[in-house]
Amino acid sequence: MRIDKRREATIRRYTAGERSNHWIVALTFVLLALSGLALFHPSMFWMSALFGGGTWTRILHPFLGVVMFLAFLILAVKFWHHNLMTWSDREWLRHGRDVLTNHEENLPDVGRYNAGQKLLFFLMVGCLVLLLLSGIVIWRTYFSAFFPIWALRVASVVHAVCAFALICGIIVHIYAAVWVKGSVQAMTRGTVTPGWAWKHHRTWFRENFRPGDK
Amino acid sequence: MALQSLDIVRRSATTTPSPSVREPVTGSVAKLIDTTKCIGCKACQAACMEWNDLRGDVGTNVGVYDNPADLDEHTWTLMRFSEYENPNGNLEWLIRKDGCMHCEDPGCLKACPAPGAIVQYANGIVDFHEENCIGCGYCITGCPFNIPRISKQDHKAYKCTLCSDRVAVGQEPACVKTCPTGAIVFGTKTDMIQHAEERIVDLKSRGFEKAGLYNPAGVSGTHVMYVLHHADQPSLYHGLPDDPHISPLVSLWKGLAKPLAVAGMAIAALAGFFHYIRVGPNETGPEDEAAAEDEIVRWGRDNPRPRGTPDEVVPPEEVRDENR
Repeated sequence: MRIDKRREATIRRYTAGERSNHWIVALTFVLLALSGLALFHPSMFWMSALFGGGTWTRILHPFLGVVMFLAFLILAVKFWHHNLMTWSDREWLRHGRDVLTNHEENLPDVGRYNAGQKLLFFLMVGCLVLLLLSGIVIWRTYFSAFFPIWALRVASVVHAVCAFALICGIIVHIYAAVWVKGSVQAMTRGTVTPGWAWKHHRTWFRENFRPGDK
Repeated sequence: MALQSLDIVRRSATTTPSPSVREPVTGSVAKLIDTTKCIGCKACQAACMEWNDLRGDVGTNVGVYDNPADLDEHTWTLMRFSEYENPNGNLEWLIRKDGCMHCEDPGCLKACPAPGAIVQYANGIVDFHEENCIGCGYCITGCPFNIPRISKQDHKAYKCTLCSDRVAVGQEPACVKTCPTGAIVFGTKTDMIQHAEERIVDLKSRGFEKAGLYNPAGVSGTHVMYVLHHADQPSLYHGLPDDPHISPLVSLWKGLAKPLAVAGMAIAALAGFFHYIRVGPNETGPEDEAAAEDEIVRWGRDNPRPRGTPDEVVPPEEVRDENR
């Protein structure tokens, strides 16, 4: 066992399959956000040009949504058990200021995911389910005719609110990856350095190296 | 279609003013449909098909006079027949010409996400410009009267234009021109309200005490109005809404939510940017790597593998060497 002084990334955090799965979700999310925002606010309607015009945006958006939901479903099932909240997560959340000011030494040890990541995970699960259900109701070409008008109106609001929550959540997710250095390569190369794991996810780090202590 | 001779006061999904220099000096226009004079001949329906070149498929008889059974992309106006037994035990056959009401505050236009797909002309007519329509159906969600229909052929939304093309050149709508009883009249909205009032006085003198004008305030009035024998119960007329207004859900979705959501997303992005500028990144330093290495070495010493030195320990499952 050799740990390089050049801080080589030697701990595997995500397999190639998990990374592919994540990036399918990420790419479809970007396309969905751009096309959805184009239909949400006139100031962003120009983004429909990226999809070949307003009509193509309307046609493609729901199909992309189905792809994202299915890809996310696999991811969610696979990572569900890593994201269950524990008592130490409550403690972690009480130290919000230390998190934001990079004073990680004051925080309780963290497992594979911290409480913020877990909350984001369940925000995404909730939003994706509601977006799928409301999206089906307002999918005019195939499904809207089966629902009463009040359902369409409720679904339109639910779809917009959930999309807003999801986009804000993903802004936080992307920023956290940029902010906490060494995180991005976990999802691009699949690996992190031992120091990164020790600093940010110490319990997970120890579980990897001390399976007997679990 | 866009009509150069009609100026636009409102344009869907547009945040800047539309061309609106020309104003009709006589004010807005309106069509008045006097249900008390209507004989249900459907000449208006035929005239609408004729003028607008609309031919629907031949449907099936559903047991009532309504033909076809509902509005569709080829049926922009439709006679609705309702049988009403009044408190005296007499049957009243209430016939209403259904179609777009041309609301002063149009829910379809408010909901539409496609710039210029729905416009409201200065004369009050609400018109769909199908070449800009993307087929999302939000106009249907926004409409308090259940009027717009998406074509199964081209997936664009269609409805009564109030013959904007005819009105633009000084003619009345085709349905008005053809009505044999004078139940449909067209003119300035002021004139139509005045005409309706005369009709209502006449109706009241004939025993229709609740006769009145249907020009609902919930949508700031309409440019298609009805004279009803039972203005206290509009819903008798095949479900004409008693108090139509844009649904609060639609107002929230296409009103307050839009600026709030855009601001919220911008604030989230800016908060991240300034957090990075002010607090800076959270980096893993040499001391972290050293601490990690220390733990790994200690673990290797406490748990010796049969084949020996720490360098040769088989990495645990989650560990691998990138240089291998």
